[in-house]
Amino acid sequence: MAGTGVTWLGTPAFPRAARGALADTQLRRNLRKATHTIRDKRAAAVAELADWERLRRAGAAIKDSVLANLDVHLERLEAAVTARGGVVHWARDADEANAIILRLVRAAGADEVVKVKSMATAEIGLNEALAEGGVRAVETDLAELIVQLGRDRPSHILVPAIHRNRAEIREIFRREMPSASPGLTDDPRELADAARHHLRLKFLSARVAVSGANFAVADTGSVVVVESEGNGRMCLTLPETLITVMGIEKVVPTWRDLEVFLQLLPRSSTAERMNPYTSVWTGVTPGDGPRQFHLVLLDNGRTDTLADEVGRQALRCIRCSACLNSCPVYERTGGQAYGSVYPGPIGAILTPQLLGDLSHPQPASLPYASSLCGACFEVCPVRIDIPRVLVHLRSRVVDARGGRSPEAAAMAALAWIMRDPGRFEAAQRAGSLARLLARQGRISRLPWPGSRWTSARDVPAPPRESFRAWWRRNRG
Amino acid sequence: MVDPDPHASARSEVLGRIRAAIGPDRPRVQIPRDYDVRREHGNVVELLARRIADYRAVVRRVAAADLPDAIGTLLARRQVRIMLGPADLPEEWRAPDVEWHLDDPPLTVEQLDRADGVLTGCAVAIAETGTIVLDAGAAQGRRALTLVPDYHLCVVRADQVVGSVPEALARLDPVRPLTFVSGPSATSDIELDRVEGVHGPRTLEVLVAS
Repeated sequence: MAGTGVTWLGTPAFPRAARGALADTQLRRNLRKATHTIRDKRAAAVAELADWERLRRAGAAIKDSVLANLDVHLERLEAAVTARGGVVHWARDADEANAIILRLVRAAGADEVVKVKSMATAEIGLNEALAEGGVRAVETDLAELIVQLGRDRPSHILVPAIHRNRAEIREIFRREMPSASPGLTDDPRELADAARHHLRLKFLSARVAVSGANFAVADTGSVVVVESEGNGRMCLTLPETLITVMGIEKVVPTWRDLEVFLQLLPRSSTAERMNPYTSVWTGVTPGDGPRQFHLVLLDNGRTDTLADEVGRQALRCIRCSACLNSCPVYERTGGQAYGSVYPGPIGAILTPQLLGDLSHPQPASLPYASSLCGACFEVCPVRIDIPRVLVHLRSRVVDARGGRSPEAAAMAALAWIMRDPGRFEAAQRAGSLARLLARQGRISRLPWPGSRWTSARDVPAPPRESFRAWWRRNRG
Repeated sequence: MVDPDPHASARSEVLGRIRAAIGPDRPRVQIPRDYDVRREHGNVVELLARRIADYRAVVRRVAAADLPDAIGTLLARRQVRIMLGPADLPEEWRAPDVEWHLDDPPLTVEQLDRADGVLTGCAVAIAETGTIVLDAGAAQGRRALTLVPDYHLCVVRADQVVGSVPEALARLDPVRPLTFVSGPSATSDIELDRVEGVHGPRTLEVLVAS
């Protein structure tokens, strides 16, 4: 089933969205600083493990084995969760998931929920759907809180407010947080402290929490959330009702499989040997944590993605964000230009596939948002060959357009010209005329249809004469 | 048209779509398990202490017999008045001059919030990653106990320390509620730089007893 909600309505195609982002020098400075800091740290954390490559291969194989028998593993997971007192729900798409969650929140008699950062709930637009139903969703992860208070959009999988620097965050807190002191400085320690005070009472009084899941173990029904701040533990432990939304690809077969992912994920995402807190729970435990546990299994375009033999490897993703941090395109444009909750290299292959619509110009532009340098594949802890999937999706985009594309017409014309030396030389002379369009040796706008190519690129001006002409003049 | 049973039809439709997407010839995937389950570290207790300290947590190594004194010293230094503990907190850990509130009957959230700190044991500790794991077993109590108070003092016995993540998982029962703790609560959300102290305990102290 095709996914909904994955992209933001009205976002322009990537080249246009990127142009705005590139002009924002503050954004580029913030992104450059953050991505370069984390790149070096990640490399150091990974270098500590001599068997890193073997862990990557094991991680990729575990995920592939899950995908090869996904139905079986989900049925096992459902049985195990149910046996331990949890309730499992199935959602074909975003609307169905949102309706299930709203119904559960109302049944619990709550008009507010606390939320653990979750890509799945961002993907389905849960906060907006709850608001329409009269339920307020309070984001408790620091970066999600910054985005929510700033009425902003996320720009990174792990740190949705990565495009904001400390001074901007201070301004948002001063403006939007009633408890923030007017003397609040931009010291990250003080900012974290302000968030602690702002959310403390919410945690202690919340009746319903909504979370995502990093992993769920089919054998035992155990669900895993990996986090840093302790907001996750608060949400997973204190409220009476816990609702967890999980993409169907997050299941792993056995508890032992986590020995691979709990090494791969923290080192790849925050470049730590281990993240501060990992919580594991199974159904309901009397006297410890929520009395009601609901697990919502979400398709929303994942089965469509699974049907593509090349593209399905995107479903291995464990949402570490190392590919974003290492991508030269992401570093310059930031995440919002991708128009989706999943930005960066993984977003460029995941978003169009989840949407299942490669004829729409916005998702169709995403597989081209890459120079195919391969840095993303190098750092991916589950070895997703992102460049290969990008190229594959480009061919699907061209197929989806149908008929004769401009590229196909240009290639046919080129073949006709190059078959004959006279035609070739005439074409070269004509090409030199393009010098008239150049400024300082570069052409930034060709006439149509070349304008479609130069809308995102500069072309070096062609030389005054071709090598063939020069040879004839000097040596002929 | 009203769907007679949306749950059943969503379930069967998603499962049906998965089966159609995979097709009749399911790939056979071999999982290579040639990564290191154990790594050679020499003294794991020493490594654990170093790695926990890297997270800016306080670590002390003590002889088992000196444990009660070490607990008393740490609590006195912090000048705590009210400490919490699980119902089965060992008698000898309850330092004098401190008011002890055990979680029996269960403390309210307000009581958890008013305390100065909590003292527990742990189930397993992972040297390589500087992690302690709580499983609600002996001397640990329920999860909220080690979450709401701002200060957590944790006692690790040397025989609970393993080298690697795979060794730790093999010792744990996943159907118990588990919490892996690596240093005090922290965030990397401001410019991807790590800052300690957000919603969980802002101070973590660990006593490793051998």
